[in-house]
Amino acid sequence: MKPPPFAYHRPSTRAAVDQLLAELGEEAKVLAGGQSLIPIMNMRLAAPAHLIDINTLEDEPTEPALEDGVIRFGPLVRQAAAERWLELAARAPALKEALAYTAHPAIRSRGTVVGSIAHADPAAELPALLLALGGEVRARGADGSRTIAAEDFFLGALETALKPGEWVEEVSLPAARPDSGYAVEEFAQRHGDYALCGVIAVAREDRVTLVHFGIGPLAVRTTLPAPVTVDDVREALADVDMTDDLHASSAYRRHLAAVLGARAASRALA
Amino acid sequence: MTFGERVERREDRRLLTGDGRYTDDFAPHSAHAAFLRSEYAHARIVDVDVSGALDIDGVHAVYTYEDLEGRFADPLPLIIPHEAIVAPRTQYALAREEVRYVGETIAMVVARDRYVAEDAAEAIRVEYEPLPVAADLEGAAEPDAPRVHGDRPDNVIGAVSQEHGDVDAALAGADHVFDWRFVIERSASMPLEGRAIVARFDEEGGLLVYDSTQAPTGVRAGLSLLFGLSLEQVQVVAPDVGGGFGVKVIQFYPEEVLVPLAAHRLAMPVKWTEDRREHFIGSTHERRQIHDVTVGLDEDGRIVALETSFLHDGGAYCPYGLIIPVITAAQLPGPYKLENYRFDFRAIFTNTVPTSPYRGAGRPHAAFVMERVMDRAAAELGLDRAEIRRRNLIQPDEFPYDVGVSFQDGGPTVYDSGDYPGGLELLMREVGYDGFAAQKEAARAEGRTLGLGIACYVEGTGIGPYEGAAVDVLVDGSVTVASGMSSQGQGHETIFAQIAADDLGVPLERIRVTTGDTRRLGWGVGTFASRTAVVAGNAVKKATREVRRQAAELAARMLEADPEDLEFAEGTVRVKGSPASGIPLGQLAAMANPLRYAFGEESAVAALLTRKAYASQDVPLPDGTTPGLNAVEYYSPKSGVFGYGMHAAVVEVDRDRCDVRILRYVVVHDCGTIINPTIVDGQVYGGVAQGIGGALYERIAYDEDGQLLNASFMDFLMPYATEVPEPELHHTETPSPNNELGVKGVGEAGTIPVAAAIANAISDALGTPIDRMPISPSQLHELMHS
Amino acid sequence: MIAIALTVNGDRHDIEVEPRRLLSDVLRHDLGLTGTHVGCEHGVCGCCTVLLDDEPVRACLVFAVQADGRAVKTIEGLANADGTLHPLQEAFHRHHGLQCGFCTPGFLMLASTVYKQAASMSDEEIRVALGGQLCRCTGYVGIVRAVRAAAEEA
Repeated sequence: MKPPPFAYHRPSTRAAVDQLLAELGEEAKVLAGGQSLIPIMNMRLAAPAHLIDINTLEDEPTEPALEDGVIRFGPLVRQAAAERWLELAARAPALKEALAYTAHPAIRSRGTVVGSIAHADPAAELPALLLALGGEVRARGADGSRTIAAEDFFLGALETALKPGEWVEEVSLPAARPDSGYAVEEFAQRHGDYALCGVIAVAREDRVTLVHFGIGPLAVRTTLPAPVTVDDVREALADVDMTDDLHASSAYRRHLAAVLGARAASRALA
Repeated sequence: MTFGERVERREDRRLLTGDGRYTDDFAPHSAHAAFLRSEYAHARIVDVDVSGALDIDGVHAVYTYEDLEGRFADPLPLIIPHEAIVAPRTQYALAREEVRYVGETIAMVVARDRYVAEDAAEAIRVEYEPLPVAADLEGAAEPDAPRVHGDRPDNVIGAVSQEHGDVDAALAGADHVFDWRFVIERSASMPLEGRAIVARFDEEGGLLVYDSTQAPTGVRAGLSLLFGLSLEQVQVVAPDVGGGFGVKVIQFYPEEVLVPLAAHRLAMPVKWTEDRREHFIGSTHERRQIHDVTVGLDEDGRIVALETSFLHDGGAYCPYGLIIPVITAAQLPGPYKLENYRFDFRAIFTNTVPTSPYRGAGRPHAAFVMERVMDRAAAELGLDRAEIRRRNLIQPDEFPYDVGVSFQDGGPTVYDSGDYPGGLELLMREVGYDGFAAQKEAARAEGRTLGLGIACYVEGTGIGPYEGAAVDVLVDGSVTVASGMSSQGQGHETIFAQIAADDLGVPLERIRVTTGDTRRLGWGVGTFASRTAVVAGNAVKKATREVRRQAAELAARMLEADPEDLEFAEGTVRVKGSPASGIPLGQLAAMANPLRYAFGEESAVAALLTRKAYASQDVPLPDGTTPGLNAVEYYSPKSGVFGYGMHAAVVEVDRDRCDVRILRYVVVHDCGTIINPTIVDGQVYGGVAQGIGGALYERIAYDEDGQLLNASFMDFLMPYATEVPEPELHHTETPSPNNELGVKGVGEAGTIPVAAAIANAISDALGTPIDRMPISPSQLHELMHS
Repeated sequence: MIAIALTVNGDRHDIEVEPRRLLSDVLRHDLGLTGTHVGCEHGVCGCCTVLLDDEPVRACLVFAVQADGRAVKTIEGLANADGTLHPLQEAFHRHHGLQCGFCTPGFLMLASTVYKQAASMSDEEIRVALGGQLCRCTGYVGIVRAVRAAAEEA
C-alpha cells in the first residue's frame, strides 16, 4: 500500500496555485490535509500525475475568522483549529457538534474544513453542514474567482461544481443566530466513522430545516413545520432513494433518517 | 515468591520506548518483495506477462510458478492431517495454472524498495479465463455447485461424524424435540502487525530468517528440508510479534517459502512486510459455520439428546485440515451432561481465503450453538434460563468427566477438574440475576429496553505434543530461560521468569527469557491452543528443577551438607536457617564448569577444584553430571486440561437506532492455578473485546463472485475504545490435577462465550431469537421491523 | 528526489526523498526510528501516530516532503533525556496498558497531547479522546486506566 509516483509542487501563493492548475490540467490535484486523498493513493485507487501541495502557502489564516456575522475558513484552517476556536460554541454550535462526529483527533489535526467540503463525501458532516446553514464556497482559478452557494456546489458523490482549473480558497458559514436552534444527530457503528445516516437540523421560528447525509449520493435538504414527528420526516423523505450497502440496508437508513431527523428537530427547537 | 503475584511485565520497557524489535525492523537495507495476487475468485491462468515489470528500474527479479523447482514447486504442506480428509488440497507457493481465491499469489516481485516492487507488480499482465465461482458455504455444499477443485466430484474437504450414547432412541423418548439453525459468520484474527519475513544467507550458506510467526520451530524444520540444509544451518527468529490470535500459526504461507528462496537466488537479504490489504486477502480467516440442531428435553428441562449437523467453510484450500470443526464438535457440549450426543459435519471448499483457527478456534461456534439452545429451550419450556443450565451442568464430584467424543488430539475428551455450578452461582450473584427482572421492568416503564444474557463454556487447553525449556545459570548469577515458543504479547517472558525465579531463589530482574528463537532452543511446537502456560510453563518448571538439583548437589558437596537441608534464596544456595553459609549461584555455575578459563575469582577457585579432584583420584565431571548449571527439559502432556467460565452481558437496545449498548459485562473465569493475575486479566479483557467485535462488528463479507467486500479497516469494523465496555472479572482457581503447576490455558478463553452471551442478552431484550452472529444494527432493524 | 530537512526528536536530518515517500517509511526505514509502527496505511488504526509540530498526525497519511522544515516527535523522543520514562509510559507499564506493543507507540503519542486534561474526564470521555487508535490485545481496559493514572499524577 504505497502511493504511485507523482510530481510534487509546492506553491507559496494562491495565484501560483491557479497557475499550476491551469498548466497541469486534469492530471493535477490539490493536496490540503490529504486525509481522504492519501489513503486512496496508498491503495492505488487514485494516481494523480501531479500534486499541488497548498500547505506551503504563505500568510494563510490558521483559524476561522468572524466578520459581519459570517465565519470564514481559509484553505489551511485545520478541523482541529476550528475545534479549538474560542468562539466555536457561541458562534457555531452546529459546527461544534458536527466536528465531534468527524473522524478522530489525529485526522482532524491534519484535515482541513475546506478540504472536507471540496472532497464532497456524501457521508461526511461538513458538506452537509454547509448545506444546512446556507454557506458559500469561494472558488478561484486562473480565470478569476466566483462564489458558489452551497446548494449549487454539490453535484453528486465526490462531485462538485468546481470547473477544471478551479479550487476552493475559502468556505464561509453564517454564524449562529440567536433566533435559531441547531442540532446534529448521527449514527455510525463506530465512533468517528462515516455516518450510516446523519442529520443537521436548523430551527427558526416555527420551521425546521433538516439536511440528511450518508443516505445517498447527495445530502438531502427538507424544511418542515414544527413540531416535527418521526412520521413527518419519513413522509418528507418518502421519495428519496436511500443507499443500500454492506453496512446498512436502504430500509434501515430510511428508518434512521426518520428517527434521527425527529430527534434533531426537537433538539433544535428546544 | 512471585508465582501467583501481580508481577509487572518484563517485556514492557522496550515496547514502551520504541526499542521493541518486530520483523520489519530488521535488515533495513534489504530488498523488498511484493506480490501480484489473483483478482478472480476462480480462474484459469492463460498467460502471465512479466516483461513490463522487469523493465522497471530497481527491480531485481520477478518469479512465477515456472521459476519454482524441486520441492519449491510442490504444494505447501497440510499441517494437521486427519483420517477423514478426502481432498487434501493445499496451494502452490505461486499459482499453477489456476487460482481459487481472490488474493492467491501469482507472481513475486523483488525490488529496491516496496514502492518500486508495487509499481512492478502493477505492471504484470495476467490473462485470466474466469471459471464458475462457489463463494457461499451453503451453495458450495450443494451437489451441483461449481467445484473449487475441478477434479473432485464435489467441494467436500472431509466429513466426520461421531455418536455418544443413542441419540435416536433418546429423541424418540423425549418430551420435547426442537429443530433450530444457528449461523456464525466469517471473521479473522486481524492482528495490528501483519505477517512479515526477512531472510538472509550468510557466507557459510547458513540461513537466518526473522518471521512474524507463532511457530518458528516448524518454519525452521520446513526450511531446512526445502533447502537441503542441516537444522543447525537454518535459524528462525520470531522477534517481537505484533499480535497473532491464530493467523500466524500456519506454516507454510507462500511468502515464508518464497522470501528465503528469493534471498538465496539473489544472494541478498530480502524482506516482505504484508500490508493491510494483503492481510485481508492473503492471510487466513475463520468462523463461518452453519449448524442445524435437533435437541430433545424431558419435562424438567434436562437435555436427553442433542444432535448437530453442520457445515464448515474451509476456503479454497485446507492447510489446517479439519481442526476447526473437529474442535467445535468436541467442545459443543461445554459444561453440560449430554449423555446422548451426535455430530456430523462437512468441511467445504469455497472460492475464498482458506481458514485456520482464530482465537477460540471452533469454540465460539460451539458455545454459540449450545448456549442459544439453552435459552431457546428455556423459553419453550417456560423455565428460568439459569435453572435450565443448573439442571444440566456436570457436577464437581463427576471429574474426571468423559464427554464421550474424540478430542482434537485424537484422544478422548476428558475434563480434568472444575466447579461449574459454583461458577454459575458466582456469576448470578455478581450480575444481580435475581433482581434483573425488576430492573428490566422498571427500565421498560421509562421506555428503555434491557436484556441479560448468560453463556458458559469449557475450553480444552494445553494440548501436546510437547514444549521444551532451556535454563542456564551464568557465572554472574543471572539465569537465562529459553523456550521454542514465540510470544505475540501474552507476557511469556514474565511468567517463565516467575516460574524460574521462585525455584532458583533468584530475583526476577536476574532472569532473562528468550522466546521464539531457534538459536536458543530449536525444539518446540508453537503458540496456539492456549497452551503456553501449561506446556511450556511446566517445561520451564522441569528444567528449573533439574538445574536446582545440579546446584544443590554441588553445593551440598561444598557445604558438606545434605542436599535436602539446602534452600535457594537471595541468589544463593544455603543451609536452611543459616544465611551466612550461602554460596552465590553464579559461583556454583563457575565451579560446575571446570577450567572454564573465564574471568573472575570463581574461575580460579573452580580450576583449583579440578586439581583437587585429580589429586584425590577423582574426575572433575563424574558420570551423570554435565558441565555448568543448565538443563533442557521437555514436557509432553497426556491430554488437554479444561478451563471454563461463565459470562453475563447486560445490554440496552436502542429501539430507535436498533443499536446495542453493553451496559455491563461480567466474567467468571477459571484457568486453574494463576501464575500472574495481571496477565490473566489482560488476556480475558482482550479476549472479551475480540468477542464483542465478533458479536456486533466484525464480519468478513464476500459477494457471489468471491470478491471480498470489506478488505479495509474502514469497512471491517474492529471496535475502538469507544465501542467496548470494561468487563468485571471474577477469577476462581480450580487447579488441574494433570500438571505440576496446576495451570490451565487462558489465551482464548475470554473470546469464546461472548457472542453467545450477547445474542442471549439481545434475545432477552427483544423477545426475538438472535440465532446469527455477528449482528449489525441493520440486521437488527430487519428483525425488529419484519 | 527532493532534499528535505526534518527535525526528529530534536535532531536535524538532511535527506533526499521521492515525493511519494510516506513520513512513516522515512522515519522507519531511512532514519531507523522503527518505534513508529505501520498497521494499515489508510489512516484507521493509528499505530503510526506521531507529532508533527506538536499535533498528532498519522505518519502514513503525510508525505515526508510535507514535513520539510518541521518538527516531528516519535516514540523514541517521548521518554525523558535522562532515560526515565514519561509518566504515560510508566502508567502503561503499571496498569498493563500493553500486550504485543504494536499499537502502543501510537497510543502514547496521541495520549501525550491530551492526558493532562484526562483527570477531569469521565472514562467515556477518555475513550473518545483516544479515538482512532486500534488495539487488538488489551480490550483498552489497561490503556484507559493508564491514561487516567498518568493524568492524576500530572
